[in-house]
This record gives sequence, C-alpha cells and structure tokens, in this order.
Amino acid sequence: MSGLDELYKEVILDHYRSPRNRGKIEPSDFDLHRDNPLCGDEVHLYGHVEDGKLVGVAFEGKGCSISQASTSMMTERVKGVSVDNAEELAHLFKRLMQGESLADDERLGDLAALQGVQKYPVRIKCALLGWNTLLEGLKAYKEKQG
Amino acid sequence: MDAREVRKDFPILDQEVNGKPLSYLDNAATSQKPRQVIDELKRFFEEDNANVHRSVHTLGERSTVLYEGARAKLADFIGAPAPRGVIFTKSATEGLNLLAYAWARHRLREGDEIVTTEMEHHSNIVSWQLACRDTGATLRAIPVEDGATLDLDAFQKMLSNKTRIVSVGHVSNVLGTINPVADIAEKAHEVGAIVVCDGAQAAPHLPVDVSALGCDFYVGTGHKMCAPTGIGFVWGREALLEEMEPFHGGGDMISDVWIDHSTWNEIPYKFEAGTPPFAEAIALGAAIDYLNAIGMKAIREHEIELTRYALERLAEVPGITIYGPTDPEAKGGVVSFNLGDIHAHDVGTIVDGRGVAIRAGHHCSKPLMRKLGIAASARASFYLYNVEEEVDRLVEALGDVTRLLGAGA
Repeated sequence: MSGLDELYKEVILDHYRSPRNRGKIEPSDFDLHRDNPLCGDEVHLYGHVEDGKLVGVAFEGKGCSISQASTSMMTERVKGVSVDNAEELAHLFKRLMQGESLADDERLGDLAALQGVQKYPVRIKCALLGWNTLLEGLKAYKEKQG
Repeated sequence: MDAREVRKDFPILDQEVNGKPLSYLDNAATSQKPRQVIDELKRFFEEDNANVHRSVHTLGERSTVLYEGARAKLADFIGAPAPRGVIFTKSATEGLNLLAYAWARHRLREGDEIVTTEMEHHSNIVSWQLACRDTGATLRAIPVEDGATLDLDAFQKMLSNKTRIVSVGHVSNVLGTINPVADIAEKAHEVGAIVVCDGAQAAPHLPVDVSALGCDFYVGTGHKMCAPTGIGFVWGREALLEEMEPFHGGGDMISDVWIDHSTWNEIPYKFEAGTPPFAEAIALGAAIDYLNAIGMKAIREHEIELTRYALERLAEVPGITIYGPTDPEAKGGVVSFNLGDIHAHDVGTIVDGRGVAIRAGHHCSKPLMRKLGIAASARASFYLYNVEEEVDRLVEALGDVTRLLGAGA
C-alpha cells in the first residue's frame, strides 16, 4: 500500500465515510448537477446566498472517494464565506491541483490534505468536480443578480 | 505452454511497481510486447527501412516484401482465404469507421437498419451512429440478458428486409462473453444483411477462422496481440471489397489520377491511402509468428484455466459483484467486478499500490454499464504471460481496498 497514504489521508477518508453538508437546500440560489462522464463521478450542488455570503451549501452525489470527499471538504470550507472569497478559494484549490506547492497556504486549511492527488493525474478531475460545479453555480448566481 | 517461461520473453514484466512485482492484468486495454517483436521493429529500422510499394531500390523491395509478408501471415492467422482481402488500418476503430464510410454511407438509405448489440465497445456503436445520421438509417441493439449473453430471440425478431448490417463483437471487452457469431451471421444472411465482427478482443486470445464464423468483415487490432500500436486490420470478402468505394483519398490507393477524376487501385490497396504503418505491420507479422509458435489453442486453454482460477478466488472476496458469464469456457480472459459501492477508480488506484495493474472505468461501453446499472467497473484481463500468483496478488490487494474504504454497501 506504499504511497497510497499520501492520497488516502485520514481526513479525506473521514469525509468519504461521513460526508458533511450532504442533502438538498430548498429553495436555493443555485443548484446544478455535474459529472465526470469518463469516470461516472456525480455531484449535485446546492447553494444559498444571503448578503453576499454563501450561508448554505449542500451536495448530493456518488462516485469515487476523492470526488465525494473533496466536495464534502469544499462545502465545509466555503460555508459562511463571501461569494467572492469562495471563488478565490476555488481558484486557489485549482492551482493546488495543478501542482503548485500551496500546502502551507493557511487559506486552504484541511483542503491541503488533497495535495497528494497531484501525484495521480487521472484523479485530479475527481478532486476538482465539486469545485468546478461551485464556480459554475456562483457564476450563474452572479449573472442572475446582474 | 508454460506461462512462467513465456514471461521471460516480455522485458516489461520484470519490474517492481510501488515496491511490488508488477502484475499486469490490463491486457484487454493493451498487451505487452515480447522481445521478439521489439527486436524485429529495431532490426527493421536498422536494416530494411524504406517506403513500401514505391521505391525500386533494394531497401524498398525488402520493406515491401516484409509488409506484404505480414499481410499474408495475418490472413493465415485469421483463416482468411487470401491476403488480398486483408486491409491494414491504424486500429480496430479505424477499421469499423472504414466500413461505416466505405460500405454503409454509400448503401444505406432512410428506413434501413443497422443492428449492433448492447455489449459493444463505443467504436462498434458510434461509427454506425454517424453513418445513420448521414443516411437516415436507424441503429438498433440486440439486448443483453442476465447481464451476460445476447438475447437471440430478440435478435431474431429485430431482423427484417430493412436490416442491412449486423455488427457484433466476437468477445466482449467487459463481460468476456464469446458471442455466437456463426449463428448470428446465419440469421443475418437470411435477410440479406452483411455481417461485421469486431475481433479486437478475440484475435489475440483464441483461434479465429473467419470462414467458420461466416462473417463478411472481421476487424482487429495489433496492439492487443503483442504488436505495436498504430496497426489494425479489416478482413473482408473480396467481392464486397471490390464493390466498395474507397475510404481515404491519397497516394497508393489510386490507379490513375487526373485533375477531375481518378481510378482506384486494386484491393486491398484501394483502402490504404498514404504511407501505411508498414513498420508496425511488419512487427505485427513478428507478433503473429510469436503467437503461432506458442499456439493459439494453447493460449486459449491457458486463459481458460487462469480465468477459472480468478473466478474462484474473486468469489471469495467479501462484497464483490462479478459481471458476465460464470463459465470460463464461455468467455475470454476478462473478469469485471465491483466491490460494494466503492468506485472502481478507488479500487484501481489502491490495487496499484501493490503493483497490480487493472482497468477501472466504463471500458468505452457506456450502454452496457447503463444496462448493468453501474457507472463503472474494475476489470482484470489476462494473457499468455499471466500466472496464478498475479490473481492471488489481486485478491490480496482487494483486501487493502476494503480495509481502507470499508466493505462498501
């Protein structure tokens, strides 16, 4: 199992086994379903915004441990954060997945545990599914606000 | 045959992956290459390389003789009556597209039907879909029953004078099912349809005799049978090939060219525009020599025994679901499975930690995945060099998956 500890860190497995913010938000300001057609990972993301803050975020989905744990960790991290900050975090996380050494960046918090995914290029899209869905949701929300 | 001896011919197998001996069980995706094939490719480039069918110099002659020799070896390998019915392509996928363009697009019209199956690789679905889109024909699929075999009663009912093409995989890349191609061909011919057989997963693993199968076209690929990538083939009945339009336009496929029109070269060259992958074809010839020296019957028997062992050992794994026929005689050396609700990609990544290479995903067979009610599966697939210890290592590694991610649902 050598090397796998880097990928399947305890915090990731914990989110996989006990996902946070799982469920629906109704009514919501955005809800959208996205998948990785090549591997079958699915995420349905719901968000509720008040005073420019993402006060509610929840997801449903199925797929590999990385896609589901990453989405769960994302919801925990962006809940209560402003829309702009959430977008910034999404871009920061994408840079982490693209191979930048950001593990010490305090803004990432627990998300840094996903750095191990860098070494598994085919799994990066799994880790990004939730985040890309969030970016789309926030964009749609902003457009709706005008 | 002794797989332990055979292994020594494959340099790549002698390595550690993640600190464990490599267990390469992803042969349905691509096979490894024996030293004999690698050496021939190197020898060819160092001694004989020149373009084929063009140059009158000595190297050009040698290269052409070797290229045509490979065609003859391939014809013999699949039981084709003559080499001139064998077209070299870059892959099995290109072979199916060749038929969809050069046969289907010129002969189908609205109301016509193409019949494929629910267990096909996307190449044997989408190629025909595109032809249907361009001609107004309709694509239908023989259903899979019990998650394992084709429903031949449903097939019989599907057939009518509208049926123009029946295209069926010889061996399923996911389930391993060996389809009754001869029966299917007989029924299809009764309504005047032509029969295409996708042999990508069959020709590397069992003796193939296109005459006995009764199909009109047989498609395959080199890289799954110990040859390099970039070389595939289509065998076709000569009368059909003669009446077919060309596929690509270019050099070598013409007889003569004017600015306003051209005439076509004879078969099979009519379908081989441009410089063909001759080095790869010659290496395919070397791969066929290699497989013949061991014997396709012996390879098939080895894979049956290994599959029998794998089915028994895998059945012991808690939470496992195995797809496809359970009789190793009724299937190729392919075992697809899932562990509870654990995603196949997690299974693939974790067993790789023990040096075990398997495929995880939808295997380019999404309609079948949908039919089985799953998003993906893990797949172990065997070849002549695999041994029982590798199955044991897979089973042990599946224990890691359960320890790490739980037993699944």
